[in-house]
Amino acid sequence: MISGQVGETPKSKFSLTKILRENSRAQGFFLISPTNIYLFLLVVLPLILVTGLSFLSRGTYGQVEFTLNFSNYTRLFDPLYGKVMLFSLGVGVGTTVICILIGYPLAYFLAHAPIKQRSLLLFLILLPFWTNFIIRIFAWMIILRSGGILDSILQWLHITQGPLNLLYTPTAVMIGMVYEFLPFMVLPLYTSLEKIENSLLEAAADLGAPPYKAFLRVTLPLSVPGMIAGTILTFIPAMGMFVVPDILGGAKTILIGNVIRNQFLTARDWPFGAAASMVLMLMTMILTLYYTRKAGFGEELLV
Amino acid sequence: MSEKKPSLWLRAYSISVYGLIYAPILILIVFSFNTQKLNIRWEGFTLDWYKVLFNDSRILLATRNTLIIAFISTLVATIIGTMAALAMHRYRFPLYNLSETVMYIPIVIPEVVMGISLLVFFVMINFTLGLTTITLSHIAFNIPFVALVVRARLHGYDKAIDEAAMDLGANELTTFWRVTLPTIMPGVLSGAMLALTLSLDDYVITYFTAGPGSTTLPLRVFSMVKTAVTPEINALSTIWVLIIFILLVIGQISQKKKA
Amino acid sequence: MKSEHAVEFKDIIKIFPTPEGGQVNAVDHVSITIEHGEFFSLLGPSGCGKTTSLRLMAGFEWPTSGTVYINGQKMGRMPPYLRPVNTVFQNYALFQHMNVYQNVAFGLEMEKVPKGEISRRVGEALEMVKLPGMVKRKPKQLSGGQQQRIALARALVKRPEVLLLDEPLGALDLKLRKEMQLELKALQEQVGITFIYVTHDQEEALTMSNRIAVMSKGRALQIGSSVEIYERPNCKFVADFIGETNFLTGIVKAVDKDRVVVELAKPKQEIIGLAVGELFVGQSVAISIRPEKVYLVDDDGKQEIKVKPNENQLKGRVAATAYIGSDTRVVLELADGVQMKVWEQNAISTLDPEAYYSTGDSVFIVVPHENTLILPEESQ
Repeated sequence: MISGQVGETPKSKFSLTKILRENSRAQGFFLISPTNIYLFLLVVLPLILVTGLSFLSRGTYGQVEFTLNFSNYTRLFDPLYGKVMLFSLGVGVGTTVICILIGYPLAYFLAHAPIKQRSLLLFLILLPFWTNFIIRIFAWMIILRSGGILDSILQWLHITQGPLNLLYTPTAVMIGMVYEFLPFMVLPLYTSLEKIENSLLEAAADLGAPPYKAFLRVTLPLSVPGMIAGTILTFIPAMGMFVVPDILGGAKTILIGNVIRNQFLTARDWPFGAAASMVLMLMTMILTLYYTRKAGFGEELLV
Repeated sequence: MSEKKPSLWLRAYSISVYGLIYAPILILIVFSFNTQKLNIRWEGFTLDWYKVLFNDSRILLATRNTLIIAFISTLVATIIGTMAALAMHRYRFPLYNLSETVMYIPIVIPEVVMGISLLVFFVMINFTLGLTTITLSHIAFNIPFVALVVRARLHGYDKAIDEAAMDLGANELTTFWRVTLPTIMPGVLSGAMLALTLSLDDYVITYFTAGPGSTTLPLRVFSMVKTAVTPEINALSTIWVLIIFILLVIGQISQKKKA
Repeated sequence: MKSEHAVEFKDIIKIFPTPEGGQVNAVDHVSITIEHGEFFSLLGPSGCGKTTSLRLMAGFEWPTSGTVYINGQKMGRMPPYLRPVNTVFQNYALFQHMNVYQNVAFGLEMEKVPKGEISRRVGEALEMVKLPGMVKRKPKQLSGGQQQRIALARALVKRPEVLLLDEPLGALDLKLRKEMQLELKALQEQVGITFIYVTHDQEEALTMSNRIAVMSKGRALQIGSSVEIYERPNCKFVADFIGETNFLTGIVKAVDKDRVVVELAKPKQEIIGLAVGELFVGQSVAISIRPEKVYLVDDDGKQEIKVKPNENQLKGRVAATAYIGSDTRVVLELADGVQMKVWEQNAISTLDPEAYYSTGDSVFIVVPHENTLILPEESQ
């Protein structure tokens, strides 16, 4: 706030407050120090430990032995775990794509809703997602179980005859994931679409474009930033998910997140779990850092 | 094209999507009053499950823990996060870029990874897992979110008012307390709200940093879902949804009043 | 205890780093003394250092070198809240979360003035700025002009030795601005404290000030009264920035005390003018002739006319005229493509078209020597 180097100072002892008062860089550093210290200890340091851990080995009783071991990483790409990785990738991609397909028309609807209704509609979309997500996944468990509500309705409508046994299948997991991540796709898309000015579409029409062409050549490209933001907010967490597969997928459907969880809690092969975490983290961080360096975080969505 | 009404198809589609979003929750609520235990068919109306809920000591304990953790972690994270936001908004200090990157890490890494890294850390320094470790972990992921929100709100802050306060005789501390803080308070509260929500709802990170005997509501719900599935969960869910709903409505109304 | 000067700058330099990585002297070897009770303006274009100078007085910046004195006391690195000066900010900087009363009372609270006295003085201050009833209002409920007065009241209520005003009227519309100029001037005379006023509007500065410092690129080019600045600018920049003028270029041929003979480049002729500062033979100079300080004489086909011994004459054709009512603005074209603006007062009320110049008329331009200022290209 105040800068300068030379001149008389009022009579004051040499003290921390004097340095802080006169040096704006010191003020800034002082304010960010608690954050830096705290996050270094509880985020950076632990991550470094995990990185190191990923190169060590598991002892016979589940403890960590300090022998260098690269097989943790190679194990991740063998048929068993390789399948899991591919499946996770597939779930991530699938969730994102389905969310875009389902969410785009909804975002479009919201962006063109009369302004008075808009905040109410947005509020209504957000409302369910302020409730705890385990509860919501549990709700789907009730609906999807054999003999449950979905089965009852479908049989009542004579679409199916017997129970569908949807629970504990990949399909159930996908349903849960899409349900979970839909608002993370709808909101950025809405923001992007809302910013498109009427005059652009009027100009397209004026120049002879029928509505579907105007959509393809004007609206769609301009909504790409929103799609990218939504993809980041969906794809990355989706890959690391383990709650949804755990509840809706049972033992058969496993993602990387489940692998990591198991290694740390049941199988007790911490180094292997650490390696799996590193791979997951690398996959997601590369994407995120690349995108946010270009386009920021969308903090405006949080305000 | 905002004047053109969305086509009928679009409206029908959107309404169905809204319906699908709300359906699971409504079903949950309805079945909380069901006499049948298994959440399959409707048998009769009862409030029994709510009675069971209120007598469930484990739930009550979990609720108490959740609230304490949320409150403490929100308080600490809000203070530290606001300081960070002010620092990043106003000053150029050494290690600026590094600090910014580190601050964003908890937001971008998958929760699982953060969870296990905290577990590894606490075990390595021989810190017993319990409510304290949960709270410390919550503070860690709350700080960046608070900082993010407050920083966004600091855009367009007129630093002339701070100068005016100093010009009128207020020293740096008084200026902060009487002028800066009141002015940024809406943003700070916004950040605190976000932190509170994140803490109340957190499952993954809490899962890895909780010790035996220290349980929070999300953890309890999860284990109930996996083991003893009774409509007690429905009752809990219903109440939870209701509370959130009321709080949000209050929030919306008070926002409208201020405008 | 009052010492000689209200504010003094002793060879102040203030250096800022530029975004490209270099440095700029925002204030470059500036020395000014401002007396008690003066209305003193810092005038200049954007980036000239006037606002930085004000902030150095207020304590929001500290000099890179040089000393700031307020009331004879060295300021050094004293922070703003310890200085006996108060500022009225350009965008008012009112505290939005406080009402008018709390805003105005703030400074008194900081002085730990007892509540009863605060109440009384706030009332007085609001009366002084003619907004007595506004105490409960919040700033965003007030108009721009009203906010500005509250900002003024908030500063004045503390009875500072010196009041610093940073382009306070910039955001107001023209009519309101003119009104406020008169009010501020009257207020200053009534209260009697030193006002230091930053503006880029030279008309505003001329109207309100006792003395003006004209600044450009961090330097104080000339300090003087409105009359001194206008009638005797000490360099080309000042002559150009204040009011309107015509410039010719030439080389000094002879110097006789304050009279100078100059060989003009265009049109090719000699003129005699009043030297501002020390000039030497062979020096490249600018000749400043203000448009209202000449008179025109009809051509009548002559090559030359008889002028008084202390007058210059130039010859030209009328290129354009603009009838303003009180005067006629004539644009003349002289030999070699040189243009001159002349303002002829319409002293006689007549409808006779012959009395007014029209395009194509051939005229002589007569300029007394004292109205022909010979200026160095740069300030000394």
